[in-house]
Amino acid sequence: MRVPDLIRHAACDFLTEYALLIDEDRLEDWVELFDEACDYKVVTRENVEQGLPNVLIWCDNKNMLRDRIASYRNVNEYNLHWDRHVIGAPRFCGELDGVWTIEVGYSLFQTDMEGVSRLFSVGRYRIEFGVRDDIARVKSVLVIADSGLIPTLLATPI
Amino acid sequence: MSIEVNWERNDYSRIPFRLYHDEEVYALEMERIFRGPCWSYLCLEAEIPNPGDYRTTWVGDTPVVVSRAVGEGGAIHAFVNRCSHRGAQIVRKTHGNAPEHVCIYHRWCYRADGELTGIPFRRGLKGEGGMPADFDMAAASPKKMHLANVNGMLFGTFSDHAESIEDYLGPLGMGMVKRFLHKPIRIIGYSRQMIYGNWKLYAENLRDTYHASLLHEFFVTYGVDRATQKGGVKMDERHRHNMNHAYTGSDTQADALTAYAGTAGVALDRMRLSDTKLLEHTPEFDDRMNLAAPTFFPNGLLIQINHSLGTRQIRPKGVDRHEVFQTLFGYIDDSEEQVRHRLISANLVGPAGFVSMEDGEAIELIQKATGNERQASNVIEMGGRGPLKDLNHRITETPVRGFWSYWAELMGMEPAGGIR
Repeated sequence: MRVPDLIRHAACDFLTEYALLIDEDRLEDWVELFDEACDYKVVTRENVEQGLPNVLIWCDNKNMLRDRIASYRNVNEYNLHWDRHVIGAPRFCGELDGVWTIEVGYSLFQTDMEGVSRLFSVGRYRIEFGVRDDIARVKSVLVIADSGLIPTLLATPI
Repeated sequence: MSIEVNWERNDYSRIPFRLYHDEEVYALEMERIFRGPCWSYLCLEAEIPNPGDYRTTWVGDTPVVVSRAVGEGGAIHAFVNRCSHRGAQIVRKTHGNAPEHVCIYHRWCYRADGELTGIPFRRGLKGEGGMPADFDMAAASPKKMHLANVNGMLFGTFSDHAESIEDYLGPLGMGMVKRFLHKPIRIIGYSRQMIYGNWKLYAENLRDTYHASLLHEFFVTYGVDRATQKGGVKMDERHRHNMNHAYTGSDTQADALTAYAGTAGVALDRMRLSDTKLLEHTPEFDDRMNLAAPTFFPNGLLIQINHSLGTRQIRPKGVDRHEVFQTLFGYIDDSEEQVRHRLISANLVGPAGFVSMEDGEAIELIQKATGNERQASNVIEMGGRGPLKDLNHRITETPVRGFWSYWAELMGMEPAGGIR
């Protein structure tokens, strides 16, 4: 579809920022990429293909996202690791009332504190965003993980 | 075959670390426990509602098909998912609907009950080739499991000499299955987690109520479950199953503050959720419990954490890893709002669960740190030594010792004077 350069650039800048903020452990800044009324959901392809609604993570507003990150920082125990996202080029699916939808594949590697890396998750994002002041404001991120068998546990966002 | 175990005590308050790492022990567990006289949890009847529906599952490391016949009034069967001919996996999808199952290699064909019904070119071609005339198809069929259906929770055993399911689960277990499955359910979906540790570490974790409010700090910080709440552990007569439970709102903040004072790494009252709907709970069972986790030897459990309901199945994948396969459900008569709340509650459980993610890490830490240890044992004394008893509190690991007492009995490895 025909997509204005401004929108295309905003989407690419957003995806770059999204990945780096998680990978650099700036999760509080990552939350700020989202609109106040937002939706972040991690599901697995196994469930989606069976039409089952189960979620691994579901934050249906920005406060729930803040709670997720606060719990990660202060309460939960998890495997100590660094994340590294590799995100592909987005496919534009459509636009409605200024809200654009894109889909894009990702790979997520995790590296432990002794430097051992493993493929942690592959899948795709379905993202809805609007653009204000040339910057993408995100309404929803749906993560559909092909990797339904989660190694060890899932603590940091995909 | 017999393996010498260096038991330091006869009450299972010391478990040698090598039992989590020994390949021979693992192979024997598959034979004597999972293919022995135990009833293993298979799946839920609600997953195969229609004639011809099937699901693949695992009993220990044995691949199994659970299938509902097209005829026979839709009877349910379970059989080993392995072609009698060359041993190829017959059913390759995780689930589906098929009147019969065909191995792709040489197209041997099986009925829903696992009976071998067709062999291409069995009589040869133009009088040449084919199987010997006396080949017995029935005798060659894959091994079938005995099946038990308790209110829609399906259990199977390979043994012809197992107890009845009623005796196996006991009144406590039977009662708890009926509590969870007291009306028709709707499957919400699945999650899978690969934990790089021996499967028994997960079985123990489910019986260790001591860790719950310490490792899973979310429980305590936000008041979902604290050791100060009313609750306890119950076991069956053989101490192989257990039931961990608690009642919401049965303690006060002051009780909890006093009890946890000075516990490193645990702090109450430090944080508040910005969105509290995650923890909204209205008792939905007559017993008013908010946490109930009846665990069934060797591989299954039902678990309620507030409004999240599900089963979990332990799938050993070798001596040093296991999959935790979780099935979440609600009820057919759930309102739209209830369905949404069960999904929001799914944030609590599973591989990314606020009160469950830590188990994967804790188990892996044990597996990593004990692999080289051939002599030493762990320490399991919280809740006391000696006899195995039910308790009206949860500061205990007694059900872990109960697990090991039945494990040792089945494995033929009890220490002299081993308690039961």
